[in-house]
Amino acid sequence: MRYAVLIYESPKDFESRGGDRSTPYIAAWRAYHKALVAAGVYVGGEPLKDVGTATTVRLKDGRRHVQDGPFVEAKEQLGGFIILDLPSIDEALEWAARCPAAATGAVEVRPIDAPAHETIVAT
Amino acid sequence: MEDARGTVEAVARSSYGRLLAYLSSSTRDVAEAEDALGEALVSALASWPVDGVPKQPDAWLLTAARHRLIDQARRRRVREEHQESLRRLFPDATAPAVDGDAFPDRRAELLFVCAHPAIDSGLHTPLMLQTVLGLDAARIAQAFLVPPATMGQRLVRAKRKILDVGIPFAIPEPHELPSRLEAVLEAIYAAYGLGRDDAAGVDSHGENLADEAIWLARVVRQRMPDEPEVRGLLALMLFCDARRAARRAPDGRYVPLSEQDPAAWSVDSIREAEAELGAAARWGRPGRFQMEAAIQSVHADRAQSGRTDWAAIVVFYDHLVGLAPTLGARVARAAAVAEARGPLDGLALLDEIDGALVATYQPYWAVRAHLLRSLGRAAEAAEAYDRAIGLAVDPATREFLLARRG
Repeated sequence: MRYAVLIYESPKDFESRGGDRSTPYIAAWRAYHKALVAAGVYVGGEPLKDVGTATTVRLKDGRRHVQDGPFVEAKEQLGGFIILDLPSIDEALEWAARCPAAATGAVEVRPIDAPAHETIVAT
Repeated sequence: MEDARGTVEAVARSSYGRLLAYLSSSTRDVAEAEDALGEALVSALASWPVDGVPKQPDAWLLTAARHRLIDQARRRRVREEHQESLRRLFPDATAPAVDGDAFPDRRAELLFVCAHPAIDSGLHTPLMLQTVLGLDAARIAQAFLVPPATMGQRLVRAKRKILDVGIPFAIPEPHELPSRLEAVLEAIYAAYGLGRDDAAGVDSHGENLADEAIWLARVVRQRMPDEPEVRGLLALMLFCDARRAARRAPDGRYVPLSEQDPAAWSVDSIREAEAELGAAARWGRPGRFQMEAAIQSVHADRAQSGRTDWAAIVVFYDHLVGLAPTLGARVARAAAVAEARGPLDGLALLDEIDGALVATYQPYWAVRAHLLRSLGRAAEAAEAYDRAIGLAVDPATREFLLARRG
């Protein structure tokens, strides 16, 4: 079963991953990534640039609204995601607890739905 | 008013498990007994502040809860013509309320029910915490890293199974006692959760239920003082608990055992642990928990002698691995052998462990990193440190290892 691990980072976390790559936060992430790969559970994932770079678009009553900033204003913001392949949610939560951002922000675990080619591409 | 509320809370804390164990022992319906006891506590909160706190609060709660159970059984009987249930319920249902301490303590039986082989072993500890200690599902869920609603459902299903399978509320027969008792003790030790801190790095997983685990061990010890492993488990947890304050620096930093100041260890806990271990040894029936307690006893000696007798610790670990070759024991033995004979010997023992077993076992990587570092194999050490850091849950452990890695 595949799980998406959504990483919500504090402003301080976002700050500490720009520029200097030798902060303890980056070192902890490097180690976490290595442990995921070595355990054979890592499928993929990407970090996102800081929330100041976000642009949100929506259509309302036929009119387009383009907004500078994230969809939801909150202290912790989506900073990246990881896709893991694991036997059950129990293991997924264990890995979430090990994520460096869990101690400073929040980590959300979501099971991934049936593959897109089965639900929307195929007719 | 506040006094009465305080009394209800105090009685609930001290007597919850005894009351629940007694109420559910004749019906085997733990969930129903929980509801009845919960309702009795609610009515105590309403009536004690007005009528005053009864002389025997335990007996009052027991009587109130029994009345509810009997009402339910009557209703069920009318509904289902279930003749058997009332008789099965309380043979002495009409007897006057029992004296405060006169009702039998069936908590040990309840612990055996919770750790019965018919119940999923992952639920043994949560069931014990909920039924004997009255912890709510949300708190237990935090400790076991599952969502509260999921934990609640799992506990409900497990209680249903106790009733459906007809698990007896009894101390097992002598021929099956050893294995059944082991399951009970293992579940209690799982609640302790802190693990060992004699390895180079320990990762305290989730919320700490050390007090609850020690309390449960005392319940079993009170009932079965002649079982050496029961005393051994209590000794083991008391030894580890004695170091609780020393494990963290004032700034929250993690302090490994080798760097702890023995002056910060609890003298009282160590004294009690030594007494329990000494009592256990008199039966001459060694076991896994006595062995682990003996190892901790050697560590505790440092408070007197100023040194650690690693050779003695290795002897105990050899016995322990012979009795119970768990991953934790094998890794900790490697760490002890490294102290006694040098890091190469310790590393050789780590290399014997199947790599597939240790992919997510944090202490293995912490010990491995420590040994490689002391051998001057910096690049390999850094790799092992990364694995240990990546698997750490506790931020203090992570920081400690990051600093070591450099």
